[in-house]
Amino acid sequence: MFYRESGQFKKTYAADMAVFPILQDRIGIAIILFVAAVIIPLFGSTFFISSVMIPFLVFSLAAMGLNIVTGYTGLISLGTGAFMGVGAFACYKLTTIFPNVNIIIWILASGFFSAAIGALFGLPSLRIKGFYLAVATLAAQFFLEWCFVRIPWLYNYSASGAIQVPQRTLFDLPITGANATPVTRYLVLLGIVVFLTWIASNILHGRIGRTFMAVRDMDIAAELMGIRLLPAKLMAFALSSFYCGVAGAVMMFLWYGGGEAADAFNIRQSFNILFMVIIGGLGSLIGCYFGAALLSAVPLILKFGFPAMGIAIGSQTAEHINHLFVGSLIIFFLIVEPHGLARLWQIMKQKLRTWPFPY
Amino acid sequence: MDLASLLLAPAFFAFDLLGLLKSIFVTPFADMAAMPDLLVQTIWEGLVSGVLYALIALGFVLIFKASGVFNFAQGIMVVFAALTLVGFHEKGVPAWLAVFLTLGVMLVLAIAVERVVLRPLVNQPDIILFMATFGLTYVLIGLGEFIFGGEPKQMIAEQLYIPRGPIDVAMLGGRVTFQKIDIAAAVIASVMIIALALFFQYTRIGRALRAVADSHKAALSVGISLNQIWVIVWFAAGIVALITGIMWGARSEVSFGLDIIALKALPVLILGGFTSIPGAIVGGLIIGIGEKLAEFYWGPLVGGGIESWIAYVIALGFLMVRPQGLFGDKIIERI
Amino acid sequence: MKPQQQIETGATLLNVENVSLRFGGVKAITDVSFDIRKGEVRAIIGPNGAGKTSMLNVINGFYHPQDGRITYRGATRSKMRPHVAASQGIARTFQNVALFKGMTTLDNIMVGRTLKMRKSFFWQLFRHGPAMAEEIEHRKFVEEIIDFLEIEHIRKVPVGKLPYGLQKRVELGRALAMEPELLLLDEPMAGMNLEEKEDMCRFILDTKEQYGTTIALIEHDMGVVMDLSDRVVVLEYGIKIADGTPDEVKANQKVIDAYLGVAH
Repeated sequence: MFYRESGQFKKTYAADMAVFPILQDRIGIAIILFVAAVIIPLFGSTFFISSVMIPFLVFSLAAMGLNIVTGYTGLISLGTGAFMGVGAFACYKLTTIFPNVNIIIWILASGFFSAAIGALFGLPSLRIKGFYLAVATLAAQFFLEWCFVRIPWLYNYSASGAIQVPQRTLFDLPITGANATPVTRYLVLLGIVVFLTWIASNILHGRIGRTFMAVRDMDIAAELMGIRLLPAKLMAFALSSFYCGVAGAVMMFLWYGGGEAADAFNIRQSFNILFMVIIGGLGSLIGCYFGAALLSAVPLILKFGFPAMGIAIGSQTAEHINHLFVGSLIIFFLIVEPHGLARLWQIMKQKLRTWPFPY
Repeated sequence: MDLASLLLAPAFFAFDLLGLLKSIFVTPFADMAAMPDLLVQTIWEGLVSGVLYALIALGFVLIFKASGVFNFAQGIMVVFAALTLVGFHEKGVPAWLAVFLTLGVMLVLAIAVERVVLRPLVNQPDIILFMATFGLTYVLIGLGEFIFGGEPKQMIAEQLYIPRGPIDVAMLGGRVTFQKIDIAAAVIASVMIIALALFFQYTRIGRALRAVADSHKAALSVGISLNQIWVIVWFAAGIVALITGIMWGARSEVSFGLDIIALKALPVLILGGFTSIPGAIVGGLIIGIGEKLAEFYWGPLVGGGIESWIAYVIALGFLMVRPQGLFGDKIIERI
Repeated sequence: MKPQQQIETGATLLNVENVSLRFGGVKAITDVSFDIRKGEVRAIIGPNGAGKTSMLNVINGFYHPQDGRITYRGATRSKMRPHVAASQGIARTFQNVALFKGMTTLDNIMVGRTLKMRKSFFWQLFRHGPAMAEEIEHRKFVEEIIDFLEIEHIRKVPVGKLPYGLQKRVELGRALAMEPELLLLDEPMAGMNLEEKEDMCRFILDTKEQYGTTIALIEHDMGVVMDLSDRVVVLEYGIKIADGTPDEVKANQKVIDAYLGVAH
């Protein structure tokens, strides 16, 4: 009823090419941003902000990174975790060496380091495809994981091999380290994620995004249309790793607040992000949010939700059930809707648009 | 001398470049020549882990040949089979019966996979099926942990008459130790591979399998039941998984920590090609021996532990030279 | 890449000299020579497996022949990557439709404009200012093609969902978006019904008239070939057996034998 586009005429190509051509969508986005930036910080509990919202945003960013290379360009990467790790370590080293530069700049800059590493490991993608490439990215994952443990310089020779996030401030307000409140960390994170989502949306809706999708759908034809495959694929890897790197940096600095990186950025993390992308929807930005929301919610519900309802589950069992559930969910989605939650969302909007008529 | 100090000290690096080159290209080979018994020992260790990699890769190849599915879950099937076996025995079932019951479970698994995963996904792009096996991997991990618990278990090696203990052989001016169980693993693997090859070549089902591998549609049109074939290959892969699991479990322990090692079968496949049984064997041996040699002779240069990734790097380097694998045909792209 | 001298209508645009192509021991093309003149419709015909598609693949650089020379716009080349061929103005369609299935009709055709879009990565980040102006400019061009091919109604439909005939049309549109000098069409009418064939013939002729595009055409429908083309080259088992106007080719005994078989 309220979701109608009748009466909204697009008079220019610019209006037709807008990311949200329908007025109701624009209003919806505005409401979501308002809730995220004002309502949640004001009324959300500490638990909700630090255990629900922050992980969700971090995972959304990482999923966005993987979706660029896997969903949009069709190159499977199993090295997401490692690329996130590169970002985390780059940020750590940068802020140790130059403590006076604002941490937000370093968080974003650390993305460039993982972009370079990602492009390096993307080089084989010119000659190999599909499963073979997936294995090639495993080389990146295990090699980098090894580096995270074996190169003490990366974690400043600390005995435990863990990253210790120092306190950094913005306008005298601590935003990282032990003194930063969850709300500040959340707001900084929100700003970064929203900004990077906007950039990703711009890139993917334009020439570069079309190039990626052309390579994904039919690489030979793309090449015959004048698209050079190696630069296109490397760009996808670099861009993807940039997002993953920033995600890794914010994971360490704004969420974990330190810890052993080798555990946080292992192969399981790579799979975890891949599953978010599959369930959310390959080749869809909004799908990244859906996937991240669902997969970061499930363990929380198992861990806190069930005990709250009086059903006791051991934390071990909860983890087992989580595996079982996530695995089944993947199979379910691949069978029922290979394009994931994002496609379901689209179908729902389509139905709403024509409601109460079926067509 | 670890990698970090090299990175930190460029002056030192330039000064000792000659020494570095020497320690990469000269010293390891000199060591090999000086102590050949140690070299044989290292190669043997590599050979044994290579056989186990090859066995996992074999399961992959079986399924890929017959259904075109790249079964990521094969490594987990190994752990799952081994866990089921141990689990039955813990419940007081005699060892021989436990083996049969586990085979039954693998058959049920094959049927379930065919019904729930493969049948609805037929005609989907390969990559979707590949991802579905990721899902399967997690279901199996979750299920296994849920039923049998997460802690590592001991394989029932003695009850299954698997020999234990070392055999020391004096050779090349030293002593080389062979574990009996490793010899047993090598023998069993060879027997199984020969049996599978004969099965593929000479039986009616084997012929049907090869037909399905070539073309699903053509096989269907001559009256081969795809569903039946799928169940058969997944069951065959399950048997391979069980045997691999027993041998592997007897060498270390049975737990889902093994899944990282199971991923090692992937570089093996790259080397050998996805469809070649001899390729899986040769690839397994190359990777197994290669990584043990690399770890033993070159690992100390960078602080050790390179076994975790060297296999992938070997495979990657190999791919750049021969994208079609060791035994694959040259790919002619068509449009 | 840059010496873009203008080729007069009727002058030789592309010259294929003694080209041979082998895959291992299989000879796909043996010692074939022919030329394509600016502004003409040149048909390549022959029975199945005669090497026609391989010939197109050689022309746009996807296969590299072992022997022979290819001269395009006066420049001879040995090995060339397909994207270079594209940047020099060679576009093509495919025997089995090779569209980008996950993208809409509009996006598919917009991909054809990729080479003409120059705004840097920096502006792409913001999708405002120069990048947006460029998008709109090319969108206008694409809309003209959409208009020309009468596919306005499927503008925003993912091409994977379109029927075969329309997919072929979108593919032609994608090739046209490259503003090619030489357009290679690989069986543009395969699997179409009569009406769709007539439409397609009309589009091909209009393309030639409106954009002045030179067209090389592979087609099995002899009626279409004889009507559309100015000159025809006939291949059989990778060897050229005839070359000339449709009437000459029709009268050629070797061609008749190739199509109808010879009494031994």
